[in-house]
This record gives sequence, C-alpha cells and structure tokens, in this order.
Amino acid sequence: MSSLTHKIPSYFKVKIDQDLCKKCKRCTTHCSYGVLSFNGEKIVSDDDKCVACNRCVAMCPGKAIRIIENDSYLPPHGNYTRRIRNIIWRQSGDGGVLLSATGNDRPIRVIFDDLLLDACQVTNPSIDPLRETIETKIFFGRKPQKLEFNYNIETPDDISLKTDFSPNFEIDMPIMIGHMSLGSISYNAVMAIYQAVKELNILAGSGEGGLHKDFYEYGPNIITEIASGRFGVDINYLQNAAGIEIKIGQGAKPGHGGHLPGEKVNSLISQTRMIPKGSDALSPYPHHDIYSIEDLAQLIAALKEATRYKVPIGVKIAAVHNSAPIAVGIARGGADFISIDGFRGGTGAAPRIIRDHAGIPIELAIAAVDERLRQENLRDQITLVAGGSVRYSADLIKAIALGADVCMVGMPVLIAMGCRVCQQCFRGLCSWGIATQQEYLVRRLDIDVARNRIINLFHSWNEELKEVLGAMGIDSVESLRSNRDRLRYIGPNPRIAEILGVKHAGE
Amino acid sequence: MKWKDYTCLPPQFRDQRVFDGCGISGLLNVDGERISGQKVVDMLCILSERENGLGAGYAGYGIYPKYKDYYALHFLFDHQQCKDRVMEYLERGGYIIHSEAIPTKIPAHVDFPPITWRVFYEPRKMKSISPNEEVVQMVMEINSKFEGAFVMSSGKNMGVFKGNGWSHEIAEFYNLKEYKGYMWLAHSRFPTNTPGWWGGAHPFNLLGTSVVHNGEITSYGTNMRYLESFGYKCTLKTDTEVIAYLFDLLIRKHKIPLSIATTALAPPLFSEIEQMEHKYQYVLKNLRATYRSAMLNGPFSIVVGISDPIPTMIGLSDRKKLRPLVAGISEDENTIYLSSEEASFRRLMLDSINGFKFKEIWHPKSGTAVIARVGDGLLKKGLEKPFENVNLSIMGGATI
Repeated sequence: MSSLTHKIPSYFKVKIDQDLCKKCKRCTTHCSYGVLSFNGEKIVSDDDKCVACNRCVAMCPGKAIRIIENDSYLPPHGNYTRRIRNIIWRQSGDGGVLLSATGNDRPIRVIFDDLLLDACQVTNPSIDPLRETIETKIFFGRKPQKLEFNYNIETPDDISLKTDFSPNFEIDMPIMIGHMSLGSISYNAVMAIYQAVKELNILAGSGEGGLHKDFYEYGPNIITEIASGRFGVDINYLQNAAGIEIKIGQGAKPGHGGHLPGEKVNSLISQTRMIPKGSDALSPYPHHDIYSIEDLAQLIAALKEATRYKVPIGVKIAAVHNSAPIAVGIARGGADFISIDGFRGGTGAAPRIIRDHAGIPIELAIAAVDERLRQENLRDQITLVAGGSVRYSADLIKAIALGADVCMVGMPVLIAMGCRVCQQCFRGLCSWGIATQQEYLVRRLDIDVARNRIINLFHSWNEELKEVLGAMGIDSVESLRSNRDRLRYIGPNPRIAEILGVKHAGE
Repeated sequence: MKWKDYTCLPPQFRDQRVFDGCGISGLLNVDGERISGQKVVDMLCILSERENGLGAGYAGYGIYPKYKDYYALHFLFDHQQCKDRVMEYLERGGYIIHSEAIPTKIPAHVDFPPITWRVFYEPRKMKSISPNEEVVQMVMEINSKFEGAFVMSSGKNMGVFKGNGWSHEIAEFYNLKEYKGYMWLAHSRFPTNTPGWWGGAHPFNLLGTSVVHNGEITSYGTNMRYLESFGYKCTLKTDTEVIAYLFDLLIRKHKIPLSIATTALAPPLFSEIEQMEHKYQYVLKNLRATYRSAMLNGPFSIVVGISDPIPTMIGLSDRKKLRPLVAGISEDENTIYLSSEEASFRRLMLDSINGFKFKEIWHPKSGTAVIARVGDGLLKKGLEKPFENVNLSIMGGATI
C-alpha cells in the first residue's frame, strides 16, 4: 500500500524548458512509461514514473528536455544508502520479491580493471596488424586429445590420418552474442543480432524462447538453448542450429529458472515458445529430468543422438563457488563446450536478491575452471565460453588470457542497438523497442541500423584484439588463450592475483 | 667463465624467465660417420656477435658407442654430497653400468668448480611404464627436487656439455675436439635479464631430444600450461625447455610424423590453408584445432636433434621468420649444416687444408622445417609448400 506518507522519492526529474518547447507533444507519445502528458497548456511530467530511458530527450525536436537527478536531499547515511532505503520502501509497500533486469548493479570492484596487459620491447619484435596477418579464427567444439597417424618411419612421406573428429564450428572472432530470447527482447532486436552474426561469422545464442521460423535461415550461426522449461523445443529447433546448449544456470540468477510474464506472451511469442497466449512462461528452477550429473550426461547423449552427432552440445552454468568441479563433471559427461556466466551477467527479469548477491566474478571462475580442467587433462579438448559482463574489448582480451576460448557478450549488443541501461526490461515497456513485445514500440528499432551497429561494434573489438596481440608479438589468438604470463595484477588484493595465477605488476 | 651457479639460478633471479639473443649451429653426417666436435665449435665461435660470455653449450650424438644401449646421464653437481644422494637415488631405480667424471680442464685458480659427471644407466624394468618414461620421471624428479644436482642430458649414445662462459671457453673446458659424433648441436647466448647459470645454458635435452633455440616464445604461458596438463614440469623458466618438451610430447608420446609435428608448432596461416585442396584443409585445420596450445608464437629459430628411432636433425624458424636460420649441404652431400648465420659456413670454408666446399647454401622458408636424417640425407629442405611430395590420406569420415 502506498500512501502519501510512504511515497518513494523519485530518482529523476524531467526538466522541460518551456521557452524551447514547441508543444508538439511528440515526447508524450514516445514516453512508454507514462511520465509526460500535455495538460492543455504545457507538457507536464510525473517524475515518479521516470526511468531516465532518455527517449524523450532524443526525440524532442526543440532539445527542450533534460533529465536530471532528483536533487531533493534525503538525510545522508553511509550504510542505509538511498538504494537500501528504496528496497525497504518498495517491499513494505508491495510485499513481494523485487524484480530487476540487466546485471548486478552493485559497485563491486571489477577484477578485469585490475589487470594490465603486456607488450613487446627489444628482445622480441611486436607485430603491426596493418602489415602482417594476425589470426582471430577459432574452432568451437570438442577436439581430440591427440591426432593419430598411420605411417612408417622408413617412408616418412606416406601419411594417413586415423583420428575421427567431433563436429567443430569455425568462427572468425572469439565472440558469441549471449543467449537473449525472443520474449526477453523483441523480434527486431533478435533479427538484427542474427543478421549481424551471420555477416560476422560468429555465433549467437537463441535463449530459451525457441526459434521463430523466420530465423531458421540463420541457424548455422545460432546456438539453440535447452532450458528447464523446454519452451519451443522440437526437432526443427534442434536440427536447425550450429550447436545446442543445455542451460543449467545463468549468471544473473544462479539456481533460478526463466521469468517471462504473461503480458509479454503475445501471438508471436506464443507460437515460438509453443505455449498459450497470455500465460506466464516460468521455467522451473532445476531441470526436472536432471537431478544429478549422470542425468545431465544422459541428456547430452540424447541430444547428440537427436542431431546425429553433427553439432557440438554444451552446457551453461552460472559461475558459483563450486564451478570448477562442476565443469569437470560436465566435460566428463560428454559436453563439447562449457559456458560459464559470471555474477554480473545480464537478464531480462530476475529477482533482485539473486541478481545482486549470488554467484562469483567471471574472472575468478575462468581461472578456476581452466586450471581444474588442466589438472584433469581435459582443458584442450573442451571449448570454454565465458561471459557475465564482458563490457568491451579489454575485458574480452583479459578473459581469453585467463583461459576462455570464446566470450559471450550481451549488454554491449543491446547498448549498441540503443539501450540506455535503464534496467526496466522486465516491464516490457522498453521505449527503444529492444526489451518489449509491444508492436508500436518494437517498430522503433530499425533492424538494418541495429544490425550495422552490432557489426561495427564487433569489427572494432576484433581490430583492438589484433592490436593487442600485435603489441604482444602474438599472431594468433590461440596463443593468447590461458597465456596468463602476459597479464599482471595491479589491484589491492594479492590473493586475487594468486587465484588468477597472475603475477603482480612489477614482478 | 663464471665459476658459480651450476645447478640453479642465484635466488634473487629464480622466479624470472630467461630472455636472450643467441647463436645456434648444427650439423649431421648423413652416413653416420663420426666427426670431431671441433667442427661445430668452429661454426659457433665465429658468431661471437651473438654472445656475451654468459652461457654456451654443445650436444654430441654418437659419442658413446661403447655404451650405446644405456641411458647416458650427464650431471652437474655443486658438491660431493649432492652427487652421493643422486647416485643413491639412481641405484634404487635401476643399474649403474658405468660411472665416471666427465673430463674437464679446470683452471688452477678455481676453488669450487662444478662436479661434471656421467652415468651409463639402465632403469629397472617396470610393468606399467616404459624405460623411457621411467627415465623422464627420474630426470624431472632430480631437476625439481634434488638441490645441488642438475641433469644436463639423458639420451642414449649422446651427451650435452654446457656451462656459463664464452662458447670457446666451454669447448675447451670439456675438450670437445676429443669427442666424435655423427650429429652436433651448439648454442651461445646473450641473456638480458639474468647472469645465467650452468644448467640454464642450451642445449636443453630430454632423452634423445635436444634443442638449441634463439628467440623468445610469446606463447610461453599457453604452451607451459598445456604441457603441465600432460605431466611435464616446467621448472627451468626458459622458453627452450618448453620447446624440448613439445617435441617430446608430439613425437615420442603422440607419435606424430615429424613433418606434421613441425607443422603443428609453426602452422600455415588460415588464409593459406583455405586456398589448399580440401584434403589438406581438413588435416591442417584439425591439426591447428587439436594442437592449438602447442603452436609456438613469437620470434624463434631452433635446431633440434632427435636420436630415436632414426637420428634426425631439424631446423625450424617461426612463421614470420623473425629469427635467422641458414642451411647448407657439403659438396659431397654427406653433411647437412644449419646455423644462425652464413658466417658459420664461411668459417668452415676457410679450412682450405681439405678444400672444403658447399654444394648449396639456402635460406629455409618461415615456419617450414629442414629435416635431415642419418641414412636418408635431406628429407625436407625447408622450401616446400605444406605436404609437397607427401602422400597424404584420410581414414576418418567426418568433415570439419
């Protein structure tokens, strides 16, 4: 119950410069959160509803709108911060589990930012990526531990290769766009992503929302997801993909299933997920056919059988305290790739308590999993995918040097398409047409523009990766993977450096 | 010469990797005829611009015909006690056939010279592991756990002689001209960040495989952690150790044909691979995918000697050829030579007494191995395209 006495002070204020305002009312149609209206005389705002999505600011032809922080002062307290007080006010008003979106927004120190890269001087030459080839291609899937040849030492030029290979998928950059389902994001956003990955020859995840028929043609670049709800799973879904990922967990909500409110399930989503219109799509917390590791191994085997051993099958887990032994179990269970999603990983909707407090940083999880797989001599057979806030190319480079083969990237793709990170995805009102299913909002996202922006983004990441490799005197990204020797730690906690297997700067 | 730091680096340098510029040389007599070590010494010592007196070494193959069936273990010891402990350890694991000092010329002013020792050894037969594996484990054990002891080499009918000094000093110290071998490798160094230590000089050896190396491996971390998965302990903190173990892994353990193994270490670019016939693409892409962590990156040129099953000498440079490597064949075609620089060959041609001439001197291509073998001569000149003259077939059915 919210009364005047318990009204939560708004975070933002909408400032309208009445001299500049042309009273065209464009902002009132663009605001999907119901903040702005015309009272017959001027534009007025209901600041409590504002999420600072900035749509009105961008759309105002007179540049009359500014969104500012609410400067009305709350009594300061270093412990009961505004954020904590807001949580208490909200819960005492509504009495429920608070929902949130995107990734963990707590200001916890980012380990990536405490890592520095190496470069060549004198004793080895650096390589200029504009003049020399630097390779960023990688193979996605399981590799044999060794190759076997038939040959006779007496006649060394008669060689026959004996080894049979598991399916591998060649990608041109060590990048995969993370799993964002149709449902969590719009048809146009999904289409832009799939068109971009096809053009770039990288991979994208389908999320657990099934695969709409329009997207089948992009199948060769899509990893489809089998989540606990099995939404949209049929034989076409399995056989139209470059790979299949069994989703056990997600960094934003380890131990949780999916949350898609019924309001978002329109006829498009209903068709794709194969569920009735308007019904909540809540996938169970665990897979109810996977209560232990041998169950997982059976599902991996079943999926391989269903796809006639033609595509790699992997498993995604959230980065939790015990990730390393779990990953070893997954590798032994027959998975071709393992994805780990760090505690900062994004989501369309997750309980705030889980998003903000469960899991561990991806940097530590990569280091632990990579090391443990090596101890069991499994590392090189497996493709290790890591995500959970790989924000820009620096994070990508450091994640690879710590031990990842490929990075999953989500938020930067949304931001490239126009997302302002207002963290309201779970409400389905995204004014930029990204995290919404409302037709009039979805139409705002131009597929061609969005696709080109994603392509530009990853081209520049890949170029920056090459620049760094060149400076390190490395001409293939494979020689950066697990090359922790080329990283140094500069943060406050040497114990972190120890877990990462990275020396301190200056050592 | 530096008369200290025989079996390990001084403590303040122990955590550092050794970076250096170097001179390398090698020769192989195709007929298996044994020639004096003096020739390779001449080839190396002329490259004095490439060293600064902080380490040099030689490997001779075929030098112990009398004990050719036993593992020849070359040791450096700091003290008699260290030697006693190692001897005791060896006796527990097998049979010492013969044990003696490696003869050296120790200058009169030196108070604490190293003990240079050799043991001809046969490990006790085990059911679970091969004698080779047993010796590898013993070498790893001694080098990582026995203070004051260092195994310089462990192959059969071969030995490594190395120390901290100029190349000519080391040659004189061990009196190399008195040894006769059919294959010789040599190395002199210009270290940048440590004063060097005796055991840390090249060649690096494991069983019959010895490596001399000029360069710096920028993929060291990746290669080292890959090797550790297979039980190798990279204790010496040098790039060269990693190269020696990679050859051991690929050739001895995984039994990969030599020409394929060298391709795995310095593979063609994908842009080159994609222009090849489908069959070659299939093999090369799978090779790169499987051995992606074995690929050597950064500037290097190496000369590798392998004694089993057929004595072979290999020369290889990185795929951008950022370090030099020159090859030559004698006029009578019975000796193959490799060196950092052509000056080594010119030096041999100065020996006008026997009218020595080269039939041909050439520059091998980047990332392309020169392979010469006793009995067969020059198998690869290092100028070939991948799989040129190779009859390659595929037995598996899958496509990549």
